[in-house]
Amino acid sequence: MRGVTEKTKKRAPAPANKGPAELPKPFADWFARRGWAPRAHQLALVEKSRTRRSTLLVAPTGAGKTLAGFLPTLIALSGDKRPKSASGLRTLYISPLKALAEDISRNLVTPVSEMGLKISIETRTGDTSVARRSRQRVKPPQILLTTPEQVALMLSGSDAGYVFGDLDTIILDELHALAPSKRGDLLSLGLARLRTFAPDLMSLGLSATVARPSELLSYLVPQSAPDLMRVMGDLVVAPGGADPEIDILEIEAPLPWSGHSARYAIHDIYRAIETHKTTLVFVNTRMQAELVFQELWRINEAALPIALHHGSLDKTRRLKVEAAMAEGKLRAVVATSTLDLGIDWGDVDLVVNVGAPKGASRLMQRIGRANHRLDEPSTALLVPANRFEVLECRAALEAAKAGEQDAVTFRSGALDVLAQHVLGMACHGPFSPDALFEEVRSASPYSSLTRTRFDRVVEFVATGGYALKSYERFAKLRPTDDGRLRLAHPLFIRQYRMNAGTIVEAPMIKVRLVGQRRGKKLGKPGAPRPLMGGKVLGEVEESFIEQLSPGQTFVFGGEIVRFEGMEETEAYVTRAPGVDAMIPSYAGGKFPLSTHLAKRVRAMLADRSRWRDLPTPVAEWLGLQFDYSQLPGADDVLVETFPRRSRHFLVAYPFEGRLAHQTLGMLLTRRLEREGTRPLGFVANDYGLAVWGLGDLSERIANGSLDLAQLFAEDMLGDDLEAWLAESSLMRRTFRTAAVIAGLIERRHPGREKSGRQVTVSTDLVYNVLRRHDPGHILLEAAWEDAATGLLDIARLGQFLARARGRIRHQALDRVSPLAVPILLEIGVEPVGQLAREDLLREAAEDLIAEATRTVEGNGDGREKHDTVARTEARAPRRR
Amino acid sequence: MRSTTQLLELKPERLDVGEFSQQPISLSGRSLVADVSGALYWPSEDILIVADLHLEKGSAFAVRGVMLPPYDTAATLQRLAATLDAYPASTVMCLGDSFHDSRAAERMSAVDRETLSILQEDRDWLWLNGNHDPVIADCFGGKILHEITVSGITFRHEPTTSPVTHEVAGHLHPAARVSFHGHVIRRPCFVGNGKRLVMPAFGTYAGGLNVLDDAFAPLFGHEGLSVLVLGQEGLYPIAPRLLKED
Repeated sequence: MRGVTEKTKKRAPAPANKGPAELPKPFADWFARRGWAPRAHQLALVEKSRTRRSTLLVAPTGAGKTLAGFLPTLIALSGDKRPKSASGLRTLYISPLKALAEDISRNLVTPVSEMGLKISIETRTGDTSVARRSRQRVKPPQILLTTPEQVALMLSGSDAGYVFGDLDTIILDELHALAPSKRGDLLSLGLARLRTFAPDLMSLGLSATVARPSELLSYLVPQSAPDLMRVMGDLVVAPGGADPEIDILEIEAPLPWSGHSARYAIHDIYRAIETHKTTLVFVNTRMQAELVFQELWRINEAALPIALHHGSLDKTRRLKVEAAMAEGKLRAVVATSTLDLGIDWGDVDLVVNVGAPKGASRLMQRIGRANHRLDEPSTALLVPANRFEVLECRAALEAAKAGEQDAVTFRSGALDVLAQHVLGMACHGPFSPDALFEEVRSASPYSSLTRTRFDRVVEFVATGGYALKSYERFAKLRPTDDGRLRLAHPLFIRQYRMNAGTIVEAPMIKVRLVGQRRGKKLGKPGAPRPLMGGKVLGEVEESFIEQLSPGQTFVFGGEIVRFEGMEETEAYVTRAPGVDAMIPSYAGGKFPLSTHLAKRVRAMLADRSRWRDLPTPVAEWLGLQFDYSQLPGADDVLVETFPRRSRHFLVAYPFEGRLAHQTLGMLLTRRLEREGTRPLGFVANDYGLAVWGLGDLSERIANGSLDLAQLFAEDMLGDDLEAWLAESSLMRRTFRTAAVIAGLIERRHPGREKSGRQVTVSTDLVYNVLRRHDPGHILLEAAWEDAATGLLDIARLGQFLARARGRIRHQALDRVSPLAVPILLEIGVEPVGQLAREDLLREAAEDLIAEATRTVEGNGDGREKHDTVARTEARAPRRR
Repeated sequence: MRSTTQLLELKPERLDVGEFSQQPISLSGRSLVADVSGALYWPSEDILIVADLHLEKGSAFAVRGVMLPPYDTAATLQRLAATLDAYPASTVMCLGDSFHDSRAAERMSAVDRETLSILQEDRDWLWLNGNHDPVIADCFGGKILHEITVSGITFRHEPTTSPVTHEVAGHLHPAARVSFHGHVIRRPCFVGNGKRLVMPAFGTYAGGLNVLDDAFAPLFGHEGLSVLVLGQEGLYPIAPRLLKED
């Protein structure tokens, strides 16, 4: 178990092993045999469970959280004389990760057998065999370790009452990560239903340290009077361990202006690995992981065993890395957030965080991976990848020292998830809408749901919920004589099971390494097929593969491969030794800068006295900015305007994170367009944004024909936002997710993709039709809410605009300012939006015409093509 | 990749970059006009041709519990009406799969039936049978045929699976995946080689099959194919080298 490693016993000061929460003999003996003492918070949880209080345990990594969660249940089960009234399943452990459930299972079996307890423990995930799963419904173990999706599926069975009839404890691990998401919504609805089957259910939540635990506390317990008050569970807080020792890597090498690769520091990272036993190198995106891994091996003269671990690698490869790590065979692993959650990693003595950590809690959690011993300080090294990140690393460090934590931000429960749940409940059996409404409202994310909205969701499930009531006769739910609703046909049960879950991945393509067969193309009739059975390296987003042409190279799984072609749903690649590679630009894994870190960075910039602590290049950079322009204040907003080449730029520094800046950029562009300043594009990063165009903004502001206060006025979140959203590809993506979760569009299942794309209906088509013919439809509402809270970060943008009111400082310049350089360097990295799509087709056609003209002229010097490229650039920023 | 040397087999008669909403097409010597709506107009015969309307596809899904928005038939007919406003042809020819299934007639609303019959007023209406609508209810009026030859050009639902000439067909729902400057756009398209033509599906919920799919290979043999991609505002001739497989 985590928190009870060998070394702990030598230093464990044996707190409070007496009093009311004394452990039963086998447990006390077990602790004694190992020379350990139970920790205060572990005993506190045992005590809470004696009075059946649902409780949240907030504890830092390494505090023996999981053991604390299981102790009450192990004690209850060790002397269990209760007669079975149903299946005998007593405890449900729910984890956000399949791997975590497996890991816990392994770690739980050891103490249970050492204590000589006869308790059956099993896991159930998507990987569990069908036979085992069906056996588990008839004869479940006493403790079942599973995921939110499996709980939903089990609840939809007609036997759910039997399966869960004996349930008395639920353990929710990593609740801070799970609760504020659609999966958390789904689980909250599942919890509500479980309480219907087992009214005395006790929930124990396990969470990393969070700033405001109240949201998690109410998640654990039923909301009995949702309109009047919020009911909360009890709280147990474990004391923090020794303060971590965190350093920021500061070398006098020139710091990059922008980018996230930290290539400049690779030798220092390597040296750190050399001087430690085992190092975890955390990065923020899979792309960074590939790059850092690649760079480390390039200089790995001692051939240290360094491995790579990220979410799109093949599962068997990931498991191999995990096993080698556990056995202590590796010196370092380069990893993404797939390892943020508490999988046990053996004896790590250094954590390196490349890039800015984006939030203090994330930083602490990552650092907690080192030294799973609460009482010893963890050691960590932060490696900023560019100048801004130096400031951000500083801020994170200060925040960590001050014990500041990121707040878990909650949204109200998603309607698409509710729709899925309603169908699941109908699969279980006929339901009364009144009773289901009350049950749903007892789940805290849905406690403010109105009856009207609930009824619209039920109507959506039944007939699609359209203003044009033409599907009544095909309704999926039909009223029974006693006023309940039942499933119209058992066929819909299968439909539900095929589409359940809230994770809608971008379609993924398997990457398979095949033997080198130069000059032979794949996937064409008549071409020789490559040898099958090459190993699968992992998966990448379909959209990434789409951009590749055969022959292009990219880094995947730590090696450079050449894309050869597509075969069915797999991309075939061959090894391509060499150094020239295009890096995969994965979409996933970008975190926006957290609010309180942003505040700290702003304060740091505004206070010159603190600059002398910064690395020289950074201090000089800020000094230049001070001399040439001005610095963003702690509470105001700096806006710079300047010409560059033949364009005019507007750069603002809100420090509100990439998502909010992107939204702001879109909206500013629209407004500037209306003002006639002919904007051409914009770019955003975590710190600020730049808009550029043809009109002279400095001039327009100076002569009063452009009012910055008006430009940044809060009313941009009204009509402008709506008008932009309707056309944006972001909204289409969000709608697709909502449509799949709500069951309007069936999921694409492996092997069925090819069964005629003429036959399927794409969500884009549905979205267009719905927007035009039924703009008030509930699913459009749901998608809009998702976009507003998620990808657009409207709330944060709103707060910023309110803060900015009357506090905009304008600085007209005659050239780019030092602070603006990193933002401008992002130009060309960002993809163009939906607006430019028609232009793109037009350009492609012009390109064809240019080519045709060239063929006629017979001189293929390519000049015309370059002209076309130049013209394209004038219209929109282009991706690499 | 298919041959990239034979560009512009559809040979737009002029390369006016600014005007894309319709494109002249030369087909085995005849001059036709491809419209941004996905319809084809033959001026000398005054015929407007549309393929694969798939009316009542939404309700066909609803029957099996997938409640797609029920507005597709109305939307398809509205677009057809708008196209007829632009090309008030004396004859309309629907190239098969006009109805998604044989029971579409039972499900179609009275309003949509009324719209259809207004469109049919004062002109000849030809329904060609397709695999989705081997039987077409009499209530929809018009003349029902398997195929028809007009002035040497044969119109049928399914294209002949050998490199024939003088043919216009639908059925395959051709779509092009265009990759340009690192962006990918997938849109319906006309695909042909100057001698035969496969039309895009006109129906609101009709999906698309990539023109690089094997199904298209026997149609055009080893000759180059060219495509006219349907955008929102225009039809765009796109070079084969910019086309991607799915």
